[in-house]
Amino acid sequence: MTAFPRRRMVPAYLATGGRSRPGTEGFERLTVLFADRTEPPTGLEPEHRRLWELLRPGALTVVEAAAHLRLPVSATVFLAADLVEAGCLRARAPIPRAQQTDRTIVERLLVGLRALR
Amino acid sequence: MDSVHSGNPTGPAPDRPHRVGYLPDRDQTLMKLVVAGPFGVGKTTLIRTLSEIATLHTEEAMTETGRPVDDLAGVPEKSTTTVAVDFGRLTLPGNTVLYMFGTPGQRRFFPLWQDIARGALGALVLADTRRLADSFEIMDMVEEQGLPYAVAINCFPESPLHQVEVLRARLDLHPATPLLLCDARDRESSLDALIALAEHVLDTLPAGPAAEPGPAAAQERP
Repeated sequence: MTAFPRRRMVPAYLATGGRSRPGTEGFERLTVLFADRTEPPTGLEPEHRRLWELLRPGALTVVEAAAHLRLPVSATVFLAADLVEAGCLRARAPIPRAQQTDRTIVERLLVGLRALR
Repeated sequence: MDSVHSGNPTGPAPDRPHRVGYLPDRDQTLMKLVVAGPFGVGKTTLIRTLSEIATLHTEEAMTETGRPVDDLAGVPEKSTTTVAVDFGRLTLPGNTVLYMFGTPGQRRFFPLWQDIARGALGALVLADTRRLADSFEIMDMVEEQGLPYAVAINCFPESPLHQVEVLRARLDLHPATPLLLCDARDRESSLDALIALAEHVLDTLPAGPAAEPGPAAAQERP
């Protein structure tokens, strides 16, 4: 239960909602992360490796990865950004690119919920 | 408890005490609702009732509002508060996944609340008739955030029954804000609360500008 990874990772002043590290701006709780290959990349630091291994079998959102790794969301974002930069992880926005209006999204929510009812 | 619904769960790894519910697909549309309310009002119960994965939580380190930032230097353990934020996930027909985040209702957690609520479609505010006023703070925060919301009275067995009009007046609700009774332990009742919220959110949005030719449909897979 390492609260924070060592090294540059998460200086205390960035520990809450830190968006100051370049490359983390696009990340949010629901950013979808998935491994880009099945062979583990070499030379990863332990915390990075834990994240990569977690995502090896399938995709998760940042917040789910954070919960499973017992890391703060902000720290998970840093790790993910590092891995994306290194080319061993991919990230995508919660809403896929083909842009949807707020209205179509909420309509989908409504239709989906009603279907479960 | 350990109900992994979909995806391809793997065997437990040393640092994974419970199975991981992976997303079955990479191109789903993910959306977020927040379930807000005072401590003990049933936020986590409602999320657990609806979630397809075992409810998860993150520990969010929080500087309390108004506390000098200097306090933080180097000793986060000493001067930050840690709040557990519960969340759950519900896959909907149509390649859509709904995430539900339980958010703390106290003003001092406002920055955390803002961070979690960012990008949410709406909020379900839970209230308890025995202590309605405990929900006022979060209702203010939701309104400040500009999120559409519905209020659900979580009906505890020992809660006194009130007329909806009385509750509406006591909560000082806008006439358009839905107010409903629910039982957070009951799936259909909890779903109904979210449906009422979603209908209300839709009402707050401008009518579609000549509805774009089905981007939603285009996203869906057979």
